[in-house]
Amino acid sequence: MSSNAITIPRVQIDEKPWVDTLHEWVTTVDHKQLGVLYILYALLFLVIAGVEALLIRIQLMFPHNHFVSPEVFNRLFTMHGTTMVFFMGMPILFGFANYLVPLMIGARDMAFPRLNAFSFWLSALGGFLFYFSLVGANGLYGAGNAPDVGWWAYAPLTARAFSPGHSTDYWALALLVSGFGSIGTAINIIATILCMRCPGMKLSRMPLLVWLNLVMAGMVLISVSPLSAAQIMLVIDRYLGGHFFDAQAGGSAVLWMHFFWIFGHPEVYILIIPCFAFMSEIIPVFSRKPIFGYPVMVAATVCIGFVSMSVWAHHMFSVGMNSYANSFFTLTTMAVGVPTGIKIFNWIGTMWGGRIQFKVPMLFCIAFLFQFLIAGLTGVMLGSAAFASQLTLSYFVVAHFHYTLVGGVVFAVFAAIYYWYPKITGRMLNETLGKWHFWLFVIGFHLTFDLMHVPGLLGMPRRIYTYEPGRGWDTLNLLISIGAFIQAIAILLFVANLLISYFKGDKAGNDPWDAWTLEWATSSPPPPYNFASVPVVASRRPLWDLKHPEDPDSLYE
Amino acid sequence: MSAIANPIPQAPATWRLPDRGKVAMASLIVAESAIFTIFVVAYLFYLGKSLTGPTPREVLETPIFYTICLLSSSLTIHLAAKSLARGIGFAFLGLWLLTIALGGLFLYGTAQEWRRLIYEHGLTISTNLFGTTYYSLVGLHAFHVTAGLIMLLTVAVFGLYGRVGVKQSGHIEVLSMYWHFVDVVWVVVFTVVYVLGR
Repeated sequence: MSSNAITIPRVQIDEKPWVDTLHEWVTTVDHKQLGVLYILYALLFLVIAGVEALLIRIQLMFPHNHFVSPEVFNRLFTMHGTTMVFFMGMPILFGFANYLVPLMIGARDMAFPRLNAFSFWLSALGGFLFYFSLVGANGLYGAGNAPDVGWWAYAPLTARAFSPGHSTDYWALALLVSGFGSIGTAINIIATILCMRCPGMKLSRMPLLVWLNLVMAGMVLISVSPLSAAQIMLVIDRYLGGHFFDAQAGGSAVLWMHFFWIFGHPEVYILIIPCFAFMSEIIPVFSRKPIFGYPVMVAATVCIGFVSMSVWAHHMFSVGMNSYANSFFTLTTMAVGVPTGIKIFNWIGTMWGGRIQFKVPMLFCIAFLFQFLIAGLTGVMLGSAAFASQLTLSYFVVAHFHYTLVGGVVFAVFAAIYYWYPKITGRMLNETLGKWHFWLFVIGFHLTFDLMHVPGLLGMPRRIYTYEPGRGWDTLNLLISIGAFIQAIAILLFVANLLISYFKGDKAGNDPWDAWTLEWATSSPPPPYNFASVPVVASRRPLWDLKHPEDPDSLYE
Repeated sequence: MSAIANPIPQAPATWRLPDRGKVAMASLIVAESAIFTIFVVAYLFYLGKSLTGPTPREVLETPIFYTICLLSSSLTIHLAAKSLARGIGFAFLGLWLLTIALGGLFLYGTAQEWRRLIYEHGLTISTNLFGTTYYSLVGLHAFHVTAGLIMLLTVAVFGLYGRVGVKQSGHIEVLSMYWHFVDVVWVVVFTVVYVLGR
């Protein structure tokens, strides 16, 4: 690790005018700056979509509430879902992939820096187009000013007759554009990982984060493209008078459902696999042990990648497929739980016998393990066709997927931010504020989403804008909404922590967590060239080898 | 323990990684294949489901000549890339221009077919399901041929100014991968639309 030994004298640079700084950020092709842009962009949308969720919860707080109209309620849940998946979930994970993958494999940058910038700005344009519908979608003419077709946008709801104005067009174009951005980033990640590794970084020595992002990028190629194709068809239907999803002319609404879920289910694995990647990096460091079962982890991830491509129709059990299709998709859905279970056992195996340090990133990881396990169990329940036909379209489903996406993805993203913030900014996040954030968020999360299963079991349907009193849902809904506000307070603390620590946080140094992967070998924040000299690695934990020359990993691997 | 004197690992003697251009193009081809798969599935799913005419059997004619043009352009671009790698610039340029001509001829064939369908048979993208799926699938392919031709023409302009040499042969190979993909897609589209679909 000769890169460590070299100290480069810092050149004193005069304070730049803000216009120059802005210009630098807008025109940058540096993977670290683009990664930060992705993350900031995603956090902005996290706040926007979070506010939408709060508005939804205020409306559902009491029976017969009139806080928003039914039309606005439809727009709110459409905007909330679409934003969280496409403009918060994917960008923030791409942001971390962008920032970390080149550092972890000892590369100077991504394989195609300009493609990288292009992809980011495409995604950014997608988010902008989506929210521009508030201005550009003929709201003044009573046609509705925001998409209100749900994030799944089932036909024939999207037909011109049922969605006049341009709001649905903005929805389709936003997803098409950001989809192309995602495909560009995925191509870049794959090319970077396969072609830019530093000497000695064999595939079998790559950090698990890199491996899992490779699988994620492969899945993006195969599953985001069908969404783009379906959006092209939708635009042809709406603008050129095509009949793809027009039942009047013999078209099929069910075909849209298939096309959407062929994308839609792998998508949730695209979101969760990078989170598994965070777990696989953070848990070993705070357990002071190498990851348990590295090859099995890789195999399980690849396995998830394959199996998750053939589970999509478990979103469609109530459509009326034949019993063979129902059985097939039930079986594949059960099967995808196996490699996921293997991963959870491996993380527990990593913690077992370790000297666990309960720092904030580790707290989020431990909560992730519990919550993702429960989310997986309700997933197995809903994956059974017989059970799903009882509870589909109920709040039980809403509770299930929020358990995976909030209890899983959001917790993992928080863990990642607490863990890598020192590398990105050079300063530590405040530990006390972090613990407040963690515990408030855990309490709010469980209040909201544990209880949300119950009205679902009692028969409360999804997507209703209000309900009658006296069905046993009233108190539960009130508590669910209170939980949402507790989460919002936790997020406010988190944002405050991000801002305060940026200016006043403790200096982090190169390696605050005593970690083992290459990104900690360079300074915090890393210089534009990443490593002064190209690193050479001989094991999966290059920094361990450096710190313990008497007992390097390379002897045992 | 003292056996390990030097903690800094030595760089492996041979450290070769795949070419990033080829890996990226292969990835793009995977993504494009997924897009085409969806359109092919839609075409097959809607075969015979149009509520009104015209039907494929009534109006489609198999474009054998233009298919031969496009498929042979795969051969010419392969030979062009090979001659560039060997440093025979003259042969490269000739074969490259021939590839463009063959691709252009194919596009002309598609245009003629569309003109005939629209003016003689009144089939447009909004006529029936056959029209919607046919123009989308064939149009998506024609769009890819057009994009390919633009890239080939760009290279040809540089070539005519003498700027394409052995150093660029890696890039040329990546471009030819794309062109081969467009040809393979046509084999699938041809089979689906003109053989199975009639």
